[in-house]
Amino acid sequence: MDKKIKIIIYAALLVALFALLFILEQILPSYSMLFTVLKKGAIYALVAVSMNLLNGFTGLFSLGQAGFMLIGAYTYGIFTIPTEARSAVYQYFDGGIINFTVPVVVALVMAGVAAAIFAYIIGLPVLRLKSDYLAIATLGFAEIIRAVFQWKTLGPVTNGSNLLRLYPTFKSVLFPFAVSGICIAIIVLLINSSYGRAFKAIRDDEIAAEAMGINLAKHKRLAFTISSFFAGVGGALLAMYQTTIQASAFKSAMTYEILLIVVIGGLGSVTGSCISSFLFIAASEWWLRFLDETTYIGSFKVPLLNPGFRKVVFSIIIMIVVLFYRRGIMGNKEFSLDPIAKQFKKRFRRRKEVVGSNEQ
Amino acid sequence: MPLLKISDLKVNYGAIEAVKGISFEVPEKSIVTLIGANGAGKSTTLRTIAGLVKPVSGTIEFKGEDITAKDPALIVSRGITLVPEGRKIFPDLTVLENLKIGAYLRKDNLDDDLNWIYDLFPRLKERTWQMGGTLSGGEQQMLAVARALMSRPKLMMMDEPSLGLAPMIVRDIFDIIREINRQGITILLIEQNANMALQTADIGYVLETGRITLTGSGKDLLTNEAVKAAYLGT
Repeated sequence: MDKKIKIIIYAALLVALFALLFILEQILPSYSMLFTVLKKGAIYALVAVSMNLLNGFTGLFSLGQAGFMLIGAYTYGIFTIPTEARSAVYQYFDGGIINFTVPVVVALVMAGVAAAIFAYIIGLPVLRLKSDYLAIATLGFAEIIRAVFQWKTLGPVTNGSNLLRLYPTFKSVLFPFAVSGICIAIIVLLINSSYGRAFKAIRDDEIAAEAMGINLAKHKRLAFTISSFFAGVGGALLAMYQTTIQASAFKSAMTYEILLIVVIGGLGSVTGSCISSFLFIAASEWWLRFLDETTYIGSFKVPLLNPGFRKVVFSIIIMIVVLFYRRGIMGNKEFSLDPIAKQFKKRFRRRKEVVGSNEQ
Repeated sequence: MPLLKISDLKVNYGAIEAVKGISFEVPEKSIVTLIGANGAGKSTTLRTIAGLVKPVSGTIEFKGEDITAKDPALIVSRGITLVPEGRKIFPDLTVLENLKIGAYLRKDNLDDDLNWIYDLFPRLKERTWQMGGTLSGGEQQMLAVARALMSRPKLMMMDEPSLGLAPMIVRDIFDIIREINRQGITILLIEQNANMALQTADIGYVLETGRITLTGSGKDLLTNEAVKAAYLGT
């Protein structure tokens, strides 16, 4: 396929997607589960892709994602709560010590930068570790961050263990789609650049990569910092979606959820992470809901359907998926229109031939 | 002045002395080989020259410049490249991506080099878009050599290029080594296949438990009784 045509087709699909989302918002009620899934799915897609950059493309097994999201969420909240609302939010801390606000987009970037700075600093000692040890160290860091943000002494900034709220949020599903879309596009550009190639080389064979003149420490730090930047932005988006921020919500369970999305989507596949993110959120929050409800058909009570049963079925589904797709839904391939286009062309040509032979 | 000059190089792994003070020279445009049994310190020597391992003492001079214990990236940019033991190609990158990684430190246009590589290794051209891991052992070794050449080296160091390859393929690899050398690239080769290496090399050094015990031209060493008994099995 011609490169120009390809770009036009993808751009058209993108416009169509946003148009579709816009129309859906006009016709469906705003409390529809579909929007919940789309909003949370878009946010988790960004966080999953950022984790994939680290775990799937650079081969660094890091479990600090929730910690960086927490930093992003707090940075966003702290700098966007309107000054007039601060005395209500920081009621135990005399309105807090920060009394200015920045625009939403600036705050989103700040959220990323704050997470990236933390990542850079802890990366200096931690990135010397490999595989499981790196995972343990990053996990530990995330737990420490969570505790520190709830510390009373930091209350004037973080509001201690109380909620941050009343900051600007989004209503339309278009907002998280746009922000996540831009961020994921930047990550894809990075992966396809010579830096991305170096990351993949490090993942495949560190010694050979070093022998080719790739500076291991520098590139690992770069991947770690960039990944955390986008985790921070994702954390800020999640804060907007949830309308309140509390440090205790960013548990390691959140990191595991994201890791699960990355692994199911395929380590080393951006589109895999996106697809599995939406499927994961849809399955866990929407499609399996009915399993939690006690249901009667006539006077017959359907067995097993009790609160909590959803989690059981969900876990079984995940096991089945992992059994049949050992390397995730997409493996390390990307979803592309090329095979579909080829199929179309084949059909089209065949029909042409049939028409041609009829005419003779 | 030799291209590469090693003086009294000592390398330890923890408490183990892997290389116990060796000195040798690699003249420009020659093929030099280090032979020796497992654990003689051959690989360690190459890895130290490449900057992957830091020596305890001794100096490494390349074109008169001291490059001892320098950063691997700097050493690559000076014109030294290593074809690592066991090929170590990047299995989940395509052949083309593998080649581009070889030229990672260069910012100029790679088209001429790719054409040059594809002339030397027509098989790799056919496999441009294939994942490195799907190539056969011989093709992977060719890719490892090609990848190293992409940095436009003056000195190419090869660690056991014949390891695990069929005799026919080994002959192909040595033909390519000679061809590369004819084009002006100096080769430092270490091998357990002493026969093949000495037939190809201008100068040979015999390494035993971290020391150089014999030096001579490739042909002299081939007929040396001690070498014959220890490494050629005749």
